[in-house]
Formats: sequence, C-alpha cells, structure tokens
Amino acid sequence: MSKTLIIAEHDGSNLNPSTAKCASCAAAIGQDFDILVMGSSVNAIAEQAAAIDGAAGVTVVDAENLANPLAVNHAAEVVALAESYSHILGPSTTYGRDLMPRIAALLGVNQVSDISTVEGSHHFTRPIYAGNAIVDVHAPENVTVVATVRVASWKAAGNSGSAAIETRSASAPASANTRYVGLEAGGGERPDLQSAPRVVSAGRAMASEENFEMVYELADLIGAGVGASRAAVDAGYCPNDMQVGQTGKIIAPDLYIAFGISGAIQHITGIKDAGTIVAVNKDADAPIFEVADIGLVADLFTVIPEMKQLLS
Amino acid sequence: MKILVGIKRVIDYNVRIRVKSDASGVETDGVKMSINPFDEIALEEALRIREAGLAEEVIVVSLGGNECQQQLRTGLAMGADRAIQVDTAEDLQPLTIARTFLKVIEKEQPGLVLLGKQAIDGDNSQTAQMLAALWDRPQATFVSQMNMSGESVTVVREVDAGLETIEVDLPAVISVDLRLNEPRFVKLPDIMKAKRKPLEVIALDELGVAPENNLEVSKYSPPPVRAKGILVEDTAQLVTELKTRGLV
Repeated sequence: MSKTLIIAEHDGSNLNPSTAKCASCAAAIGQDFDILVMGSSVNAIAEQAAAIDGAAGVTVVDAENLANPLAVNHAAEVVALAESYSHILGPSTTYGRDLMPRIAALLGVNQVSDISTVEGSHHFTRPIYAGNAIVDVHAPENVTVVATVRVASWKAAGNSGSAAIETRSASAPASANTRYVGLEAGGGERPDLQSAPRVVSAGRAMASEENFEMVYELADLIGAGVGASRAAVDAGYCPNDMQVGQTGKIIAPDLYIAFGISGAIQHITGIKDAGTIVAVNKDADAPIFEVADIGLVADLFTVIPEMKQLLS
Repeated sequence: MKILVGIKRVIDYNVRIRVKSDASGVETDGVKMSINPFDEIALEEALRIREAGLAEEVIVVSLGGNECQQQLRTGLAMGADRAIQVDTAEDLQPLTIARTFLKVIEKEQPGLVLLGKQAIDGDNSQTAQMLAALWDRPQATFVSQMNMSGESVTVVREVDAGLETIEVDLPAVISVDLRLNEPRFVKLPDIMKAKRKPLEVIALDELGVAPENNLEVSKYSPPPVRAKGILVEDTAQLVTELKTRGLV
C-alpha cells in the first residue's frame, strides 16, 4: 500500500516539466511511484510520462471531459484511484494548487503545500510567510498524504525510463455546473518561466509596454524567459503570466537578471532559489541588492542596450 | 442573494517576519495585524456586487479569538452588513476551516462565497478549494475578473499559461487574485458606523466541528541566507562577469 501517485500536468500536447520535478520529490520519499495522466487523446503525453526515470507505471484516464483542466472533474478521477496509494503528489503550479486541496478535502485530510525538502516519508519542510520562515511539517501516518511539490525546489528527473502504460475509463461523470470557456495564452513562444535556465525580468521602471520590447530582445539574445514584477503587470506593461513572486510564479533559473526591480519581499520569495541573481537598479539602496550575487547601480535604459551590443 | 466573505487576521504584509529564537513560531509581539490582503479584495468585490443590485447582504466571517473582531470591524467599516466570529483559541488548519465555513453556509444559505486565493501567513492556498469540494459546489480559483449573469458567473482565472475563462453555476466558491479590484479606503465616519453593526459570536464547538488529521509543525527556521554578492562598475564588467561564470 506504500506507493506514491503523481498527478501529471500537461497542455494537451506536452507534459509539463513540473511532472518530472514531482518525480524527484517522489523518489526522495523513497517508495515506488506511478504517474496519472488525465485528458483526452493523451497517448503521446503518457509516453513522455512513462520515460520519467523511476516511474513504476503510468495510468491514463482518457475521457473527453478531462481534456480541460477543471479541478472538479480531475479530482473525482484521482479520488477513485486514491485507495491504492499512501501519498498523492501534484505540482505547486496553478493547476496543482487548484486541484490538490479538492482531493485532500474529499479524502478528509489536510494538505501539505509546497514541499521543499523530504526529511522522511511523512516529514517535509515547506516555506511560509513568503519564504521568510521554513517549517518542518509532519503529516499523520494513518491517512493519505496529499501534497503539492514546490517545483522550484526540485530538479527534473531524467527521461530514460520505460514504465508500462495502463489505460482506464473515467469513473465519474463530467460536472454539469462548471464549464470551461477558453484560455488566452499570454507569454508566446519564449522559454517557459518555470523551467527556463535563464530569466530576464523587469519592473515598473520600464515605464511602458513599448519599453518592455528591449527586455524581450535581450532575453531572445541569450535564450531567456521573461518575467516581471507585480508592479509592471499591474501597470499593464506585460501579461499576468509573467509575474514572479509570492503570488505569481516561484522560479529557480540558473541566471536571473532583474532590471529596475526594487525587490519587495513578495518578489524576492519568487527568485530565492535562483543560481545567480543579477540586479540592475538606479537606486543603490534598493533591497534587491541584498540578495543579488552581482549588482550594478545604473540606469537600465543605458545598460540594456549596452548588454545587447556586447552579447550579440 | 447573500454573499459570504472570509476574513483572516494576519501579520501585515509590510512587516518583516522574524522567526523566534526558540524555533516555536514567528514573532507576533507588538506586530501590526491586518486583514489578509486577498480577503480585502474578496470583500471589495462582494460590496461592488451588492452595490450593483445583484446581492442584498454581505456577511464577513472570521475564525479566531476575540482579537479577530478588529478585522471584522474593519470589514464592517468597508461596508459589510454584518459579521460572524467563530470563536476558537486554536490555530485551525484549512480542512477544519473549510468544514467550519460549511456549517456557517448551512445556516446562512449564501448564493456566493468569496475568499482570498491564499493567506499571506501560511501561504497554503487550500481553503476555497476544500470548501467547494465539501459543499459539492463549483470552485473558481485565482480569479481576476468576474461577471455575474443570473444563475451563473463567468470568471477569468490567472493561471500559469495565461488567462483562463470558466463559467460556474451559483452557488459557488470563488477565490480572488490581486488584480480583481482595488479595495476602497475606510473613512472615519464608517468606522463609527461599523461599531453599531451586528457582530455575532459562535463558539466552534457549537457548530460541531472538531479538528482532525492535523499536520504537526515541529520547528520554525529562518530561511537560508544567500552569500554576499559583488558590485560591478559598468555594463562591460557585468557582461565579463557573466561570461567568466559561464552564465551567458
């Protein structure tokens, strides 16, 4: 009975990198794990899941009503499988954060949110207060552990495995009172923020949507994803899916370059796990310099064009 | 229609959090407390819905000791019609909070429940989803736009991939995100008026809810500190540094 189930995340065509990160967390828990892929016509995604190192098996639940990531429908399928597992893990992405507490409530357990480290099969650490405190959490051993995995804390597992794939039909009818309408994708073709090895980010100091263009150009030059502070998103300079921080995306790229971001606690919490943090800001007293590995006190409108020139 | 809004008393978002030296928690002595910012946005949205004539009553609910009456009074001053304090000395976990809300819902029969998408202390982001599951009603989380239309509501959700639109039938539980609205400022006369608005106190035991399957927190630690960085003089030095470290 001591087995872990990972809820795979995907966009209908590709497995999200968060799934392989959950696999690393599952491996740290130290028991066999299966991966559950829910969706409609998801054979290719199931193949990707089956390749994740360490996966014992992949279960596919294929149904039209699972094509869209509605928590109500997905939770019902997970609950139907829950009996065979001691641990159920999902990513701390918006998909997982929407879905997992619903599963926990239906199973009558509390959820461990944002696992950063595994100290034992029921002992984890997680950040609270925007990462300003870390707590050691112990989940009760006599009930199912339902948890989200803080994806920024885990490296993706490799993909040389070949787990067996088993397909099941859906257990529950589609919910009639929740209807999916559509998705307006924001980011475009740039590398995904949550898995990009490099991220270039800018704040309100950019002063306009047009000025953000130079950030995109610099990012494209070094193959980086583009992030933003809450202030820049609120001001309408860039779409919401670029927001980095406590309430946006928590990321851990190898390189994070922040232009004109002062470094509010809520932003810092989103980048704390980055390999190298570079800060460029006119204000020498900006709190971002306290966490920066390399700081440059200068005007971003001078620095960005110069960097573009030196790097092209 | 009644709208129920959850309000949590948390350490103000501007306060620098310090872990106590005995690892038993974070410093709360003499620290400013406020309504969880996301809950304030939830309340603002409820008030706007009422002001648009689509709801009759806005009820704010908080779980905690008498100190949370301070935040409930602020909610009343913002414009809520009445308040309910579920009195408990315990630090409740999301499952118990959701079960308690369900009891209040059974009593009040709201058409809509608005909650913050997360509390900035525990950063759990669980209560709304759990409540929706237990109530067996639709959930819409991380909502940045809402349009009420009769028996249903169309919402825009801020998700990792962009903006997702879904439609949910009422009653429903909605958890709100930052960009839904900007909460109003409380005016002094409203603070005076709020003192006369009804605030009901119900003991947690009276609702028949007992905490179960709690997670145990054994230790609080400060986060790891990053090593001190360097300052460079100009862009050329910066680029050289990045190249030397093999980062570009």
